[in-house]
Amino acid sequence: MHPIVKLLVQRIALGLVLLLAVSAVIFLGVEALPGDTAQAILGQSATPQALENLRAQMGLDQPALTRYFNWLGGVMTGDLGKALTNGVDISQAIGQRLGNTLFLAGCAAVIAVPLALILGAVAARYAGRWPDKVISAVTLTTISLPEFVAAYFVIYLLTILFPVFQPVAMVFPGMSFWAKLQAVALPVIVLVMVVLAHMMRMTRAAILNVMQSAYIETAELKGLSPMTIIWKHAFPNAIAPVISVVAINLAYLVVGVVVVEVVFSYNALGQYLVDHVTKRDLPVVQAVGLIFAAVYIGLNIIADVTAIIANPRLRHPK
Amino acid sequence: MTEKLDWMVARARQGKMTRREFVGRTTAMGVSAALASALYTKAAHAEVKKGGTMRVGLAGGESTNTLDPALAASVVPQVGNASWGEQLVDMNPDGTIDFRIGEEVSSSPDSKVWTFKIRQGVTFSDGKPVTAEDVLATFKRHTDENAQSGALGIVKGISDMKAEGDKLTLTLDQPSADLPYLLTDYHLIIQPGGGYDNPNAGVGAGPYILETFEPGVRYVLKKNPNYWDDSIGHADSIEILSINDNTARTAALQSGQVHMMNRIDPKIAQLLANAPGVEVRRAVGRGHYVFIMHVDKAPFDNNDLRMALKLAVKREEMVEKVLGGLGSVGNDFPINAAYPLFDDTIPQREYDAAAAKAAYDKSGHDGSPIILRTAPGAFPGAVDAANLFAASAQAAGIPLQIQLEPDDGYWSNVWNVQPFCASYWGGRPTQDTMYSTAYLSTAEWNDTKFNNAKFDELLLAARAELDETKRKADYSAMAHIVRDEGGLILPMFNEFVAGIRANEIGGWIDDPNAEMMNYRAPSKCWLV
Repeated sequence: MHPIVKLLVQRIALGLVLLLAVSAVIFLGVEALPGDTAQAILGQSATPQALENLRAQMGLDQPALTRYFNWLGGVMTGDLGKALTNGVDISQAIGQRLGNTLFLAGCAAVIAVPLALILGAVAARYAGRWPDKVISAVTLTTISLPEFVAAYFVIYLLTILFPVFQPVAMVFPGMSFWAKLQAVALPVIVLVMVVLAHMMRMTRAAILNVMQSAYIETAELKGLSPMTIIWKHAFPNAIAPVISVVAINLAYLVVGVVVVEVVFSYNALGQYLVDHVTKRDLPVVQAVGLIFAAVYIGLNIIADVTAIIANPRLRHPK
Repeated sequence: MTEKLDWMVARARQGKMTRREFVGRTTAMGVSAALASALYTKAAHAEVKKGGTMRVGLAGGESTNTLDPALAASVVPQVGNASWGEQLVDMNPDGTIDFRIGEEVSSSPDSKVWTFKIRQGVTFSDGKPVTAEDVLATFKRHTDENAQSGALGIVKGISDMKAEGDKLTLTLDQPSADLPYLLTDYHLIIQPGGGYDNPNAGVGAGPYILETFEPGVRYVLKKNPNYWDDSIGHADSIEILSINDNTARTAALQSGQVHMMNRIDPKIAQLLANAPGVEVRRAVGRGHYVFIMHVDKAPFDNNDLRMALKLAVKREEMVEKVLGGLGSVGNDFPINAAYPLFDDTIPQREYDAAAAKAAYDKSGHDGSPIILRTAPGAFPGAVDAANLFAASAQAAGIPLQIQLEPDDGYWSNVWNVQPFCASYWGGRPTQDTMYSTAYLSTAEWNDTKFNNAKFDELLLAARAELDETKRKADYSAMAHIVRDEGGLILPMFNEFVAGIRANEIGGWIDDPNAEMMNYRAPSKCWLV
């Protein structure tokens, strides 16, 4: 078997094992929370009788281990069950919201990734001079702002002071692509602000690292322009660390943007998860947790494999 | 000149004169331009306008919501349900009964048997007529424990229901002069066949018809062309957006993305009132924020200690600092002037450090810290309020200390479990319901563990009493008992603070019954 195929199979198998472990951890974590679903649903109005009825109806009176394996069996067959709180089919509810999450993450990534690479290359080209300092200062400022502060800032700037966009970023099926883009403009701006610096800094550092090499000197002696050297010679050899940082940031855009979703009332997975955590809706929390874990693990596998393919030393091991 | 002005105002009201024309002609008569413009706006608002899409941004919607009216517990479903659904009876802003599907009501002299006449010619959105059987089945479903209805406590007192033709007869276990008020509860939306087939169908007889429902995101409704009452339901369609973040909701109103919003943060209400294009509306409600002591647990089983704590609250300061002035002081019983038969002669309890200290000394408390548990989610500003309370109590020499609890699990681990904690109550339509829900010794939600035989006796007597003077006297006596012996510290009543687009929304009334004009703002208001 080709070593790369073998590696691929290994990584995916490892990912699945990891996913299983994550599912157990999620279950345990939710189990350890105080209160239970019945109590959370009935809230202040809970009477002992109503609590007991509701617990029996939702199967909460069964032992935790039984519930865990019942659920795991369902997931294997693609059945995530029904939300305890409102009886809605979880796979269906998640489907649309996952689409929205990916749409927002995609829009942010399409802007942030190329921008970060270009800015990183420019900063490396002018290392230590004013373009480098300006780029670093601006991106470090935006990453240092907590997301909600950045969000309130752009809301104030772009909806109140200069009413260009809408503060509430909900998207609905049936909206045109253009209308959707307009709706998510503000959260996309905030997310770009948040993820830009990390990727930019890594690109800059990786390129600068390679720039010390002898073959760059050769390229310089050939009389190539600095930008050509960076794109043709330095960047391809600096790509491995950049890919892994990009992957981490993409994963963050999918799983870590709850705060941004809540601030802009964006109807995606994060808000869905938070609502169901408050109500102790175990099946939903587990399902969303698992999806987030899968995205994270998946993106990391892709990053690993791409880094290996991009690196001849790893591609042809001795 | 006034005659001419009146005529022009009337023309403007009928929409026969543009703003430019109106301002031009009135200023020619010597009226200032600003006044003329204001007059025109006022005139144009008075006239009901039909059509348009009304967009509403509300806090209080979760992706766990359902369409089942029995389970509604937060504002977005409450407003959504009130738009597609209709009730037997409803509350008018002045506290009288608004007859909806029930056209009129009569009772036996002992107020045990109540007969409602069902309005004829009203249809559900699926085209079927609304009958007395549908109403009966609806009430029956809410009495079923499995339906988990929030109105269970209200309907379970009905021992027999009968539907004959257009008459619905309800027989009660205990006489109650308040039954029509009880049936205004927002859970009791009439569904075809009582909603037994599918409680989540969203089919009702309301002014709007449900088109789209996405839990925790939005409701889209379009006008019901067959609705029987043309004084309600003016916009062609309604969009209710669930926007829980305060800043986003406020920005949505300011930028005009929504026409109305609920729950303006008290801290910014004043600022927002001065912002262009926005109007802040306040309605004094019946909801209140409380600190509750279990009267059966030490040290709170000592009435002197309870009295010491009640005297150690700076109520005015709390209303000012926690509610931003958007509220009124409480008097340690759960009733205010928004209730019918309220006795306004009961003296207001004030902060009195000396009297508090004296009562504390008299209680013989050993000086160990008295723990008050609170959490940010107990009510908005609960932690600030508790800190103010602790400071004023310590100034009076009472060792009151705060223990901060997490929001998570607060209602299961702290409220109704720990002997002293922060909590809140929404109001109820009548004094009887409020007291029966939480102060009767046998009440399920008796969260102060209050047990007073005299009080119980008065409550049951007042419930059956048809003579209003005697009833009022009974309620006054009950208020005194709770105020002077109960485990309730009630520093403040809150207000419903809503925001609307100035000059774009007509027909707004400050309704004390519940938020957003008793949940009916989108169907009762119109777009100017």
